[in-house]
Amino acid sequence: MNGKAEYGDKAGQVHQETELKTQEAELEQVLSNFRMSVHAWSESAYSQPRTVAKAAGHRVWRRAAGWALGCVLLAGSISGGMYERHHQREMARIEAARQAEQQRIAAEQRAREEEELLAKVDSDVSRQVPSAMEPLAILMAEDEAR
Amino acid sequence: MATAKEIAAQEFSSIVQSHRQQIFRFLLASTRDLDLAETLTQECFLKAHRNWASFRGESSAMTWLMRIAINLQKDHWRNRRMQFWRRTQTNSVDLDEASEWLSSGERSAEQKLLAKEQVAHVWEAVKGLSERQRTVFLLRYVEEQELSQIARATGLSEGTVKAHLSRALARVRAELRGQQ
Repeated sequence: MNGKAEYGDKAGQVHQETELKTQEAELEQVLSNFRMSVHAWSESAYSQPRTVAKAAGHRVWRRAAGWALGCVLLAGSISGGMYERHHQREMARIEAARQAEQQRIAAEQRAREEEELLAKVDSDVSRQVPSAMEPLAILMAEDEAR
Repeated sequence: MATAKEIAAQEFSSIVQSHRQQIFRFLLASTRDLDLAETLTQECFLKAHRNWASFRGESSAMTWLMRIAINLQKDHWRNRRMQFWRRTQTNSVDLDEASEWLSSGERSAEQKLLAKEQVAHVWEAVKGLSERQRTVFLLRYVEEQELSQIARATGLSEGTVKAHLSRALARVRAELRGQQ
């Protein structure tokens, strides 16, 4: 009975060890594949014509272009803002001038209307007064004759 | 008679010839960006050239160059993190593309597909590693360097290298288990 259990334990241990060995062998195989793939990739890239100086140049150029574009955008937004402000001010000035002109025209119009009204009143009064005084003038003339 | 300067120039030229490809490979695996790997490789040899006179041969030329390359890529990522607006701009190839480079050998189509998938999972795990873990992992499993060499190149103790390696492998195992 005891011997059987011992045998079972040993068998389990052996099985475990075998499994571990298999896993380690698999891992080694995977790592070897990984190494080969990196070596192949590197060799292929290394044997290609060198474009690094150009690439580095491209990077410098890209960076310079980025800065230039950034500066242009910044300058554009600043000048755009300034133009917008100037434009708004100009519009406000034109609007104020237009309103002042309208007010001046309205005032002139009112003054003209008042003048015309007064002239009309004057002409009405100057016409009515003599006709109203006419009978009195006739009587005065008759008294003088008598 | 060649002057000391000429001899030094010849020596450096032979160092470039013999180690350039390995440095490039390490930087390519670290960054997955061809342009960046090439630029950093150039910077590495430029820096090495400037300091060639101070190289005393205490470590091998390869270890010395690798140390420069590791520092350069560290600086690169640090700068990139600080320049937050550049975070989105990256030329790194995607993991599928990086996994394409498997020699066909004598495998069946099914085996090739499985191998490609496994390599993609390793890349996925590498992507999730910390900078140090990644460096140690790549030096060990791509460049096949000894622990002592890695320790010298990274400036870490061998114990720390082992710890980083063990964590990196645990991550790779977990990633591969997730695949099954």
